[in-house]
Amino acid sequence: MSKHTLSVLVENKPGILARISAMFFRRGFNIDSLAVGTTEHPDISRMTIVVNVEDQPLEQVTKQLNKLVNVLKIVELEPGAAVQRELVLVKVRADNETRSQVVEIVQLFRAKTVDVSPEAVTIEATGSGEKLEAMLKMLEPYGIKELVQSGTIAIGRGARSITDRSLRALDRTA
Amino acid sequence: MTEQAPPRSEPHPQPPRARSGGQSRVPGHTPAEKTVTGAQSLILALEAVGADTVFGIPGGTILPAYDPLMDSTKVRHVLVRHEQGAGHAATGYAQATGKVGVCMATSGPGATNLVTPIADAHMDSVPLVAITGQVVVKSIGTDAFQEADICGITMPITKHNWLVTDPADIPRVIAEAFHIASTGRPGPVLVDIAKDTLQSPTVFSWPPRHELPGYRPVTKPHAKQIREAARLVGAARRPVLYVGGGVLKARATAELKVLAELTGAPVVTTLMGLGAFPDTHPQHLGMPGMHGTVAAVTSLQKADLIVALGARFDDRVTGKLDTFAPYAKIVHADIDPAEIGKNREADVPIVGDAREVIADLIVAVQSEQEQLDGQGGSAPAGTARYAEWWQQLNRWRETYPLGYDLPTDGTLSPQQVIQRIGELAPENTVYTAGVGQHQMWAAHYIEYDKPRTWLNSGGAGTMGYAVPAAMGAKAGAPEATVWAIDGDGCFQMTNQELVTCALNGIPIKVAIINNGALGMVRQWQTLFYNKRYSNTVLHSGPNGNGNGAAEEPGGPEERARQAAGTRCPDFVKLAEAMGCVGLRCDDPEQLDAVIEKANAINDRPVVVDFIVHQDAMVWPMVAAGTSNDEIMAARDVRPDFGDGADD
Repeated sequence: MSKHTLSVLVENKPGILARISAMFFRRGFNIDSLAVGTTEHPDISRMTIVVNVEDQPLEQVTKQLNKLVNVLKIVELEPGAAVQRELVLVKVRADNETRSQVVEIVQLFRAKTVDVSPEAVTIEATGSGEKLEAMLKMLEPYGIKELVQSGTIAIGRGARSITDRSLRALDRTA
Repeated sequence: MTEQAPPRSEPHPQPPRARSGGQSRVPGHTPAEKTVTGAQSLILALEAVGADTVFGIPGGTILPAYDPLMDSTKVRHVLVRHEQGAGHAATGYAQATGKVGVCMATSGPGATNLVTPIADAHMDSVPLVAITGQVVVKSIGTDAFQEADICGITMPITKHNWLVTDPADIPRVIAEAFHIASTGRPGPVLVDIAKDTLQSPTVFSWPPRHELPGYRPVTKPHAKQIREAARLVGAARRPVLYVGGGVLKARATAELKVLAELTGAPVVTTLMGLGAFPDTHPQHLGMPGMHGTVAAVTSLQKADLIVALGARFDDRVTGKLDTFAPYAKIVHADIDPAEIGKNREADVPIVGDAREVIADLIVAVQSEQEQLDGQGGSAPAGTARYAEWWQQLNRWRETYPLGYDLPTDGTLSPQQVIQRIGELAPENTVYTAGVGQHQMWAAHYIEYDKPRTWLNSGGAGTMGYAVPAAMGAKAGAPEATVWAIDGDGCFQMTNQELVTCALNGIPIKVAIINNGALGMVRQWQTLFYNKRYSNTVLHSGPNGNGNGAAEEPGGPEERARQAAGTRCPDFVKLAEAMGCVGLRCDDPEQLDAVIEKANAINDRPVVVDFIVHQDAMVWPMVAAGTSNDEIMAARDVRPDFGDGADD
C-alpha cells in the first residue's frame, strides 16, 4: 500500500462531496483523508484526497473520479514537489506542575497555545503528518483530553497553478 | 456559480448532438422564448430534443407534467402498469433504435421502482433519461409523503443525475441529460424535478447553454496507439478480435466487417455484442465466456493477440482472471478510459469511439500489411495469413459445435423451440430475452446477422427484462417483428406489461420457454448442489415434486401427469385475460405450426406457452470461479485440445 495525494478540482455544486465519497466507498478505494474548501474561483471547489492504494488501482481511482461529471481536473501532487499541511487542535492536561513542560514542547514544534485553563492547555499546530505525529507522541504522557485533526491540504511548489486551465474551461461555459 | 446564462438568440439552434434519428423536427421552427410553467417547459424541452416516446405512470408529484403532455403531438406517452416496465421499455426502445429512451414516474415508490431498470441500463451502457417528480421544495428532506431521495439512491447507477428546484433550469438540464446519456459511453441519467418547480412560471428558450465543463468524452483515438496496434496485428500469429456491445453502440458494424476481412482474424462477439458481426460469417467463432462456444473460449485462451473493441473483460467472459488468455498481448479500445486496464492490463490502450478506432485501424493495418508484403513478397490475404491458426480454430469448431440432444420421451426440447422460432421468424425480427437458460439458448441458437436485433440484460442479469423491453423495442420499431424469448420464472415478474401492449397497439410475441422451474438455478443445483432443488420449482410448467421429478421412475401415465403440470398459473388463460392471444405447445410435431400461427397474428400480442423438458442444460459451461481452460463442452465432456498441457 502506498499513499498518494490527489488535488481534485470540482464544480461548486450541491452533492458533489457525496458523489465523490460514495464512489470511493462503492469501488472499495481507501481514503486516508479528504479536505474540501473553496478556491480563488467561486465556482470551483478543491478537494485534497489522500488515498491509500497500490499503483495499479490509483489509475482506476483517477479514471473513476474523472468520470464524475462535476469533476474538472485531477492532479497527483508528488511529496517532493508539493507543500502538504495538516492542522491539529489538541487539548492537553496541564496543571501548574506540568504546564511549563507542555509549553516547551509547543515551542519546540513551533505550535501555538490558543487556550489555557487551570487543568489544560489547547494547542494549535500545523505541519506535515509526520511532524504532528511526533508532537502528539511527545504530548501523550501528559494526557490528551481531546484531539481534532484536519485532512491534509496540499499545493504544488513553484509558480504554476493547477487551476488556470480549469478556470478557462469554466469561463467558456459561463 | 454561473446560474442561468442570459438566453441567446440564435436563428438556427443547434441542439446537442446525437439524440435523434431525424424525426419530424423542423430545424428552423423553434419555440420562441415564452412564459410557461415548469411542466410546459419540460414537455417543450422533450419535444425540442426529439423525444418521441415516453413510458411512464403519473402520480402526485409528476402530475403537473402530465397535463401539458396530454396536448403534445410530438411526444407519445405509453401508460405502463409498473414503473419497472417503463424503465425496461425505455431501454428496449433505446437498444432497438439507437435513440435515447425516456421513462417517467412520480416520487417515492414510483421513482424507486425505476431503480432496477436504471441499474440494468447502467450495466449495459444504454442511453436512458428517467424523469421523476419530487415533493415540493420546502418538503424535501422532511420525510414527506411519497418522498424518496432518488438522486441519492441512483447516484451509483447513473452517469449523472440532477435535482431541479428552479424552473429556469429545466431546458438546460433536459438538454444536458440527453447529451450525457447519448454521448461518450452511453448510460442512464435521472432528472428529479420538484412538484412546485413544475408548477411555477418560467421562461422557455431553446437551445439552452450547456454547463458541463467537466464532461469531455474522448472519441478520437490516438494515432500512435493505432499504429502500435496495427503493428501487433501484423506480427501476431494467433490474433482474435474480441467484440463487445460498444461496437453496436458506435454503429461500427460495417467497419468491423472490413477490419475482420482485412486482417483475416477470427471474431468472437460477447453477449452484448451479438449482431455486431454476422453469426453466419465464416470468421465468426461465436460467443466467448461462461456459456460460450468451445471455439470462441479456446481461441482467447490460446491467442497471442486479443484486440478488444468496445468490450470490458467482464468476469463472465474471462472466467478466473489470472488464467485468462495467458499468452495474449492485449489491444484494448474503449470509449471509457476507466475500462482499460481495469480487469486486464492492456499492452496498447486506445481510448476512443469504436467506429473511429476501427476506421483508423483499417487504414493502419492496410499500410502495415503493404509494408510487410513489400519486405517478403506478397503475403497471403485474408484468413490465409493465419492458416495454421485457422486450422486449429476449425478443428475446435468442427469437433465441438453447439448442439443438443432431443429428449427421448417425446417432450419439447427448449433449444429446438428457440432455434425454430429463429428459423421461422420474418427478416429483421428483433429478439429480447430474460435471464437464465433461455437467454443463453437464445444467444446460441438464433442467428444474429444484423445489429440491434438482440436485446438482453447482460451485465445486470435482470429477470423480467424481456416483456417490457420487447414492448419498448416494438414501440420504437413498429415495422419489425419482436419476439420476447422468456422463461416461466422471468415472465412472472413483469408480464403485466402485456396489458400495456394490448391496449396501446404494440403487438409483441412472447415465447415462454416453460420448464416449470428457475432453470439456470436448477442447473447449478444439478451440477453443484447434489440435485437438491431448493426453491427452484415453480409448478407453472411440467410437474415437478421439488426433488427432481425427472429422476424418479414412472410409467407413461406418471409422465403424462408430469407433463400436464399444475398450470399454476395457466399462461394461456393469463395471456387471454390480458388481451393477448394465448397459445400452447407441448408436442414437437406441432412446434412449427404453433410458431407460424403466432407469426401470423399481428393485430394483438401473442403469448406461446412452450412446455419444455425440465432437465435440459446449457452447454458449454465454464463453472463459476474456474479457468476458461476448464470449459466443459457438455456434461463430463472436457474438450481435448491436443496439446497435452491442459491439466
